[in-house]
Order: sequence, then structure tokens, then C-alpha cells
Amino acid sequence: MKKEKKMTLTLPEEELMSCGHLACQGCGATLAMRYVLKALGQKTVLCIPACCWAVIDGAFPHSSLDVPIYHCAFETAASTACGVKAGLEMVGDRETTVVAWAGDGGTFDIGLQALSGAAERNDDIIYVCYDNEAYMNTGIQRSSATPYGAWTTTTPVKFFKNQPKKDIVAIMAAHRIPYIATGSVAYPEDLYKKMKKAKDIKGTRFVHIFAPCPTGWKSRPDDSVKLARMAVQNGLFPLLEVENGEKITLNLKLKEKKPIKDYLRLQGRFRHLTEDQMMAMQAEVDARWERLVGGSRPL
Amino acid sequence: MKKVIMGNHALSYGALLARAQVIAAYPITPQTQVVELLSEMCADKILDAMFIKVESEHSAMAACIGASAAGARTFTATSAQGLALMHEMLHWASGGRHPVVMGNINRAMAPGWSIWTDQNDSLSQRDTGWMQYYCSSNQEVVDTVIQAFKVSEQLLIPGLVVLDAFALSHTYEVVDIPDQALVDKFLPPFQPEIRLTPSDPHAFGGLTSPDHYFELRYKLERDMEKAPALIEETGREFKKIFGRSLDLVDPYLCDDAELIFVTSGTAGYTARVAVDELRKEGLKAGNLRMRVFRPFPFARVREVVAKAKKVAVLDRNISYGAHGIFYQEVKSALYGPQPSPPVFGFIAGLGGRDITVDSFREISSYTLARAKPEEDIVWIGVKR
Repeated sequence: MKKEKKMTLTLPEEELMSCGHLACQGCGATLAMRYVLKALGQKTVLCIPACCWAVIDGAFPHSSLDVPIYHCAFETAASTACGVKAGLEMVGDRETTVVAWAGDGGTFDIGLQALSGAAERNDDIIYVCYDNEAYMNTGIQRSSATPYGAWTTTTPVKFFKNQPKKDIVAIMAAHRIPYIATGSVAYPEDLYKKMKKAKDIKGTRFVHIFAPCPTGWKSRPDDSVKLARMAVQNGLFPLLEVENGEKITLNLKLKEKKPIKDYLRLQGRFRHLTEDQMMAMQAEVDARWERLVGGSRPL
Repeated sequence: MKKVIMGNHALSYGALLARAQVIAAYPITPQTQVVELLSEMCADKILDAMFIKVESEHSAMAACIGASAAGARTFTATSAQGLALMHEMLHWASGGRHPVVMGNINRAMAPGWSIWTDQNDSLSQRDTGWMQYYCSSNQEVVDTVIQAFKVSEQLLIPGLVVLDAFALSHTYEVVDIPDQALVDKFLPPFQPEIRLTPSDPHAFGGLTSPDHYFELRYKLERDMEKAPALIEETGREFKKIFGRSLDLVDPYLCDDAELIFVTSGTAGYTARVAVDELRKEGLKAGNLRMRVFRPFPFARVREVVAKAKKVAVLDRNISYGAHGIFYQEVKSALYGPQPSPPVFGFIAGLGGRDITVDSFREISSYTLARAKPEEDIVWIGVKR
């Protein structure tokens, strides 16, 4: 008799995120939430500031998540989460994982002070930044997470963003918090594993998730996972962990790093770039990659 | 137990006796001693609380809100620039219905830099949906913190306990520290019906359409309207246990008064010295000390001042282009078909300039010399 083939799932089946959410087609942030909650489980409280997820979850009285959420002010994801953690402890709940869940604007820009404060105190929270590289919820304005060369509504083509993306991982590493990880929606098993690991560590944990946004990147919704994968494979967004600000582990070592041009060409936000500009960007990525592989700090 | 303590420490003792569970605070002159003593109380385990030493007042209030949403009793304290930085979060605390209690040391707003008292910091926050109590003695500070928690937690509306910089914050007075067992009897633990917990997941404060938002604000106002009666009731209950009164207003010799000084904060007790002196000289003066500014006790003010011949409101604040703020409110309390006494508005003591018995003598002479107000602002002690 022929042996029955059984599919093995690499992630738990349990879903804490249901349909009915309000995300755009191909939203990377939605995948990020789904995978993260699979790892953290139901005993989780989310603090969500102004960002796409403040809307995605659904309007009152609906919520697409089966965990409690505190919708907080834009710049307060970290400080609200610290308060929630302290409050839960004082009412006898020491088990629940408290997560600040913010976009790149709420993390790299307006919320950086509160995040730095929480990290310096090493308060016991997980801070997740899902990074779609601009203020997407307000209509695609540049943030300090927007990469060099990108069009946004406040960096028009004639005046595209002329500064590199802020290195948030290096900033967080400088706080010497116990755990930092990067994750990608194209590598759910890796992300799942890192969230599980983060959950069991005490202190401030920072997870930076690359989350493509077809609406803001002017890309095809069905290319989101592909773009996320390309960004890992071309070295733009390396998958790594940093422990105690010192020990850097590169999770996916690339035998052959792919050129970034193919990635850029799939996105309308980079359509205006000339060959020379793209080559300059490639040189930047290569230099950063060499530093990373060589294990030299800063990141 | 009687102790000689400063006003700032009176706030700390209030939080201690109320058994605050989470404190998040950032230092600012002249508030620092509040949080210094609380830090020591936490370190010595006299107070079983978590103290989050945040990096700004904005984060202080955000953390208090988070902790309150999780079901903990929360306390913080600030002053002036710090309160202004919290402004966004003050709306968040009241809109989210989190009964945080905060001490605010009245300090003038910069520029120029001033660490001395006036009320523009707290009164600038009058429309944020917080209850506001103005204290005139250190005893009142301790008692009010305890009362504020009780009232706030029943209505789910935050409370601000205000005291003057230096004139009260750094002034040492004898305070009868209430007995912990009696406070516990008066103030039961905070047990909100709904809180952030995975066992009953809710989304707090999410996107709210025009179909729902209006009702949330309606409910907040309706609950705020219950506050005057509740403050009176808790005041009576407090008096029964501790023997001291904590009413909406504190009238002094107002029953037969021809001229009533309306004051708030420490100027109230200065007014009383002036009232005593003026009475000796034959003028039937009185003082109405406003303990509560929000909700504004319109009915009680009307009741106390309606029979007076003249009312003089002293404001240690200014709403630029719209006079003194207590003056506005007192006039609005008296507006209507019933006959009411003329109300004179005086501004004094901005940026910590002293308000003395002579200030009240000047107010009294000005008021007696005129049948009705000739201008909306009469400046006391300004150099022109």
C-alpha cells in the first residue's frame, strides 16, 4: 500500500488574527502580526500607536485580533507598554507578554525618545517595529526609515529622498538591550523562532520586521512576499540577531548576494532612479554587507 | 500622627496612604521632592509600588495610562512645562476613562524662565476633562489626594491636585497624617470593571466613527456632572472618619458679607487675614475659597455670593484676551434672570509676585469706590 503523504506545518495552526481586518491588498504588516501572534500566543497585550495597524485592526466595536489592544498616542508605544507591564504586575499578572507594536514613523521618528527611555531602563517589554519605510497610514510621507532614492508624497521625484535610512538596529544595539532581531514576512519560520526566543528573555527586546507596502511602494500586491525575500537576499535587509548589544549573529548567510536593481525595478517608488544612482545604492549595500559579514561594529 | 512636612511631601504621603501601585514621573522644579520621597518610600518598601523613572512627562502620563488600563492605581506629579508637555496625554487619560491622580505644582509658564507660582499651567488644561482641586494647606493636600482617588475611581475621570509653587510646595506645616487603616476603610482597592487582560480581550480606544464618538464624549460629560455631588458626599464621609471637611468650596464669613473675595490656592488664607482685619475696621468682608475648579461648582458659588453686595474675584492667572479665568467662571455662575451682585475681576501675583494682605486691602478700596466694574481686568501690584 502506498504510504500516505502528510503535509507538515512549520507554524502552529492557531490563528489569533481573523479575517475582516481593514488592511490593503498585499499588506506586509498584516502578515507580520499574524506570524508574531502565532509565536507569542494569547497571553499577550498589544500597545498600538498611530500607524497602519491602528486602522487595520478594525473600527469600534470590532477587532480582528483575539488579544487585548491598547490604542495609544503616536509617540507613546514604548512608554504605554512599560506602564501596562507595571500595571499587570501590580495586579498579579506576571505571565502576560506586553508588546509595543509600532510602524517605522512611530519608532524611528516620533516614538524614538520613549523607546530609548524604555531600552535604557531595560523595561520588560517586546518592541516590534513593522517597517514599511514611510508614513503609509497618512498617505505615504517620508520617514527617517525611508531609504535613499525613494519617492514619497513629501519627497517628489524631482526631490527624492537624498538621505540613507536611519540605522535603527545600531541605535538599539547601542542601548545594549538583551535581544534585538530583524525579521521578514518572507521568512515566517525565522520570524516565529525569533519571537519565541524573545518571549523567553527578560528585559527590553526589539524586533525590526521588514513589511512591504504595495500601496506606498507602488508595487503589485502579489509581489509583497517576493520583495521581502529579495530584500533579504540582496543584503538590503539582512536577517540577524544582536544579543546584549555585542554578539551579532547573521541568520542567513548568502553564498551569492543578488543585485538590488531587480528589487528596485519592481517598485514604482524607485522608477525615476538612473543607472548611476542605482549603482551608488548598490555600493552602499555592499559596503554595509562587508562590515556585517566581517563582524565589525558598528552594524 | 502629626508631622511637620512640606507641601510636596504631603503629595507623597497622599499617594502612600492611597496605596498607589504604579508611579511614573519625571523631575521638574518645584515638584522634585514629591518624587524623591516616593522613590525612597518604594526603595524602603514602605510603599508597594512600581516606580517607572521615565524620560519625559509625556511618557510619564503615557505610562500611567497604560498602568491604569491594566487595572493599577496610578499616581504622578509635575509642574508647568511638564504639564504642558503632557497636554495630549491629559486628553488621553480622560477620554480613555483612566482615573489617574496627579499632583501639579502651580508654576508660571516660560518664557522667561520662572519657577515661581501662578495658575496658568493648570488652568490651560481646563478643557482636558480632568477634575481640578486647588489646595491651600499641606493638610488639605494629603486629604485631597485620598479624596481624589475615591472620586476619580468611581467616575473613571482623572484628578489633578494643585498647589502653589513654594508658597505651599516648599512650606512646612503641621499635618495630621491619616491612619492607614482608616484610609483603607475610606478608600477601597481600585477594581475596574473592564481592564486590559488576555482573559477578556478588548481593544481600547480604537478607531471610532462619528456614529459612536459623540456618545463617548456625552457620557464623559454626564459623569463629570455627577462629580459635584460625589465630591460633597466623599467630603462628608471623610469628615465623619477624619474630622476634616473637603467640600467643593470653602466659604469664610460669607453669610452676612457685603464684599466677598473669591480666591483659590494659598491666596485664600491670606484673604482670611484681610477679612478679619477689615471686619475689625467695620467692613463686612468674606472669603470664598474655591477648592474645586473642574467641575466648576456653579450652584454652590451662586448660593454663597448671591446675597453679597459686591464680589471681587482674584485671579493668579490670565486668559489673554478674555480676563482672569475664575472671574469668567464666577460671572457665568451668576448670569441669569435673578438679581446678582456686580463682579469685579483682579489679576495679581503672576510669576510668583507676592499676594499680601495689602493686595486685598487694595482690592477692597477699589471695589468700595465703584458701584460697578469699569474694566474687566484690574491689575494689582503691576509696575507700569
